[in-house]
Amino acid sequence: MKPVILSTDALIFLLIAAGIVSAWYIRQRPHLMLPWRRVAQSSVGMVSLLLLSLFVIVGVLDSLHYRVALSEKNNGQTVYAPEVLSAFDALVGGLRTRVEKTYSAPLATHLYAKESMETPDGKVTRDYPRLKFGGAHLADPDNERGGDVARRALIGALLGLLTAVIFIAVVGWIKRSVSTQKIGERKIDGRYAALYPPYTKRMLLAAAFILAILIGAIANLATVYHVLGTDKVGQDVLYLSLKSIRTGLVIGTVTTLVMLPFALLLGVAAGYLRGWVDDVIQYIYTVLSSIPSVLLIAAAVLMMQVVIEMHADWFTTSAARADVRLLCLCLILGVTSWTGLCRLLRGETLKLRELEYIQAAQAFGVSSLRIMTRHILPNVMHIVLISVVMDFSGLVLAEAVLSYIGVGVDPTTISFGNMINAARLEMGREPMVWWSLASAFVFMLLLVLAANLFADAVRDAFDPRLNRTEV
Amino acid sequence: MIAYLIRRILYAIPILFGVNLLTFALFFVVNTPDDMARMQLGIKRVTPEAIDKWKHQHGYDKPLLFNARAGGAGTLTDTIFFEKSASMFVFDFGYSDDGRNISREVQARMLPSLAIALPTFFVGLCVYITFALLMTLFRGTALDAVGVALCVVLMSVSLLFYIIAGQFLVSKLWHWVPISGYAGGWDIFKFVALPMVVGVIGGVGSSSRWYRTIFLEEIGKDYVRTARAKGLSELRVLFRHVLKNAMIPILTGVVVVIPLLFLGSLLTESFFGIPGLGSYTIEAINAQDFSVVRAMVFLGSVLYIVGLILTDISYTVVDPRVRLQ
Repeated sequence: MKPVILSTDALIFLLIAAGIVSAWYIRQRPHLMLPWRRVAQSSVGMVSLLLLSLFVIVGVLDSLHYRVALSEKNNGQTVYAPEVLSAFDALVGGLRTRVEKTYSAPLATHLYAKESMETPDGKVTRDYPRLKFGGAHLADPDNERGGDVARRALIGALLGLLTAVIFIAVVGWIKRSVSTQKIGERKIDGRYAALYPPYTKRMLLAAAFILAILIGAIANLATVYHVLGTDKVGQDVLYLSLKSIRTGLVIGTVTTLVMLPFALLLGVAAGYLRGWVDDVIQYIYTVLSSIPSVLLIAAAVLMMQVVIEMHADWFTTSAARADVRLLCLCLILGVTSWTGLCRLLRGETLKLRELEYIQAAQAFGVSSLRIMTRHILPNVMHIVLISVVMDFSGLVLAEAVLSYIGVGVDPTTISFGNMINAARLEMGREPMVWWSLASAFVFMLLLVLAANLFADAVRDAFDPRLNRTEV
Repeated sequence: MIAYLIRRILYAIPILFGVNLLTFALFFVVNTPDDMARMQLGIKRVTPEAIDKWKHQHGYDKPLLFNARAGGAGTLTDTIFFEKSASMFVFDFGYSDDGRNISREVQARMLPSLAIALPTFFVGLCVYITFALLMTLFRGTALDAVGVALCVVLMSVSLLFYIIAGQFLVSKLWHWVPISGYAGGWDIFKFVALPMVVGVIGGVGSSSRWYRTIFLEEIGKDYVRTARAKGLSELRVLFRHVLKNAMIPILTGVVVVIPLLFLGSLLTESFFGIPGLGSYTIEAINAQDFSVVRAMVFLGSVLYIVGLILTDISYTVVDPRVRLQ
């Protein structure tokens, strides 16, 4: 086994590291902690955060890539399989490998289409063949299936609930023992007091139990059934939907990560330095924003495709190639979307630079660079944060649309857009193949809805225009 | 006002030049014309002669930016950049890869695009503002909360879902209108109805919520309190005062979009088989027809700049205090 770090993996790890560092930094400073406490007050925000973190866990597991070593050796050197797997693939194991022949409905035991089959006595009949894996343990699927599904779902749900109860009890116990110690040490500093009010806590617990029950039931069923059916080439739709999460998360977060430095640097510099710097930066972003973004993305992706196709020798595996394409898409989306944030930051900096504390800093002879980084940057961070969380859901939705137009992710990358694209043509079949499309839409809706609700909670907590009494 | 307009139009020239330079860099520097020829002719089994012939046919056999051999003004004009860019400023887009005149195609396809985009835009605007005004009227009540929640859910659903669900329900199940296609004359209503409804529903979440925020911001201002103190009814305050004063932020977002309606919507047009500019662009993307994509990018930015100028003019219409000079 050999670990493989794809380019987007590296950026995801960077993002996680940055997240941990800033969380630690904020935790040390009560004034930075205050708006986050307000986020924690919002029950909707916390529940959506819970859902989002489940998605993130799947996405991160799916970013730990490796290649399996093959048994045969080439001149003493280990040979690795061409396909790149992830920790998530290893975890769900069977979901990936239990591939049927073609479509089958959710929880089905038979294929979707009739086939000619030879009966033991040599006659040829046309009937729905049994699935190789879905419900293969049943002797008489027509009668046994309903009871078996219900039993397995119930057992799974109970196991899920049990796990959740144990987990929450352990976390609660650890927290209580830690907080009693800490509060004993410093009573005045209220940092270790409960983060959220009782109502939010109850909602959070309820949501956790519901999710645990659902996940438990689905996970238990998924060991022997295709819970969401299979697609055209017989792949499990649940597996595809879960794999799509990583693509959506990468598009939503890495795009922001690559555009942020530009927007911050140029926006603050334009607003603070004024003069010709401002003119040049304004010119750049006017040019970029005057091109309708879909067209610019289309043009740039077309060009990128040509480059990738001309230099096929750059990539060792097809996964690396698809990944570079994903990264390029993020870069291109970043280039087209940083102008809005840049304009906002410039406006805010223009306002800030006239304030007394900046003028005082100037009078003391503090250098422009230092004023920008020490005095202006921290005071525009709330704008950055708000626009980052607000952009996320839009980017996830954009991926689906772009993939449909043909300028999105690589066709081999598993993504919501590609799933929808592949399933769209099957709506015309009789009986209809709806499960692929429905799963893609439902998973996307859950991700985007959770992101939107969380973004609202963050905006409400950080927007200084909303006057509120401090908590 | 005239002087202002002239200055704005002159200011547009360097921006359009920048747009041109950017697309030029994208299309000719990232990939050399040789790469593009190989791409078009198929990567394998292509002779150098065939590449030269393709480049000559499409006018790519000149230096990119600077032609030292031509001498005089020719050093700058006898280049790919000049030939491919200068003509764009007079809206001569040249020929697409299948030999058609792009300008003529654009003219012919503008009408179907507008037939979908205009009604969607105006019906949408009315629906969104009405919805937002209703939410503002019932602000703080359960009705408002439900409205906002509905908006968040609606804006979290992919536009693709609305299109596919709309086509499935309305056309396939109920047979009200054809699934896709386009025709002139009276038949046009049959083909426009579904894309329009889908387009309006697709935007209802984010737009209504956005207008609601604008209205709520206005409603906290002093003049609203005065109007209420005068004894005006809440409805009258909303329509006579708040709506009028909210015009500036609304126009900022809305007027820019109007010229871009000419370009149509890539997604709607390709799903509903409308022979407009949006589907033209998609076809060009799929066929990797660079001249068409470049022409559309240029056209798009011209229309965007026109939209910005129109926005400024519209301010003077709704707010007499604004003077352009």
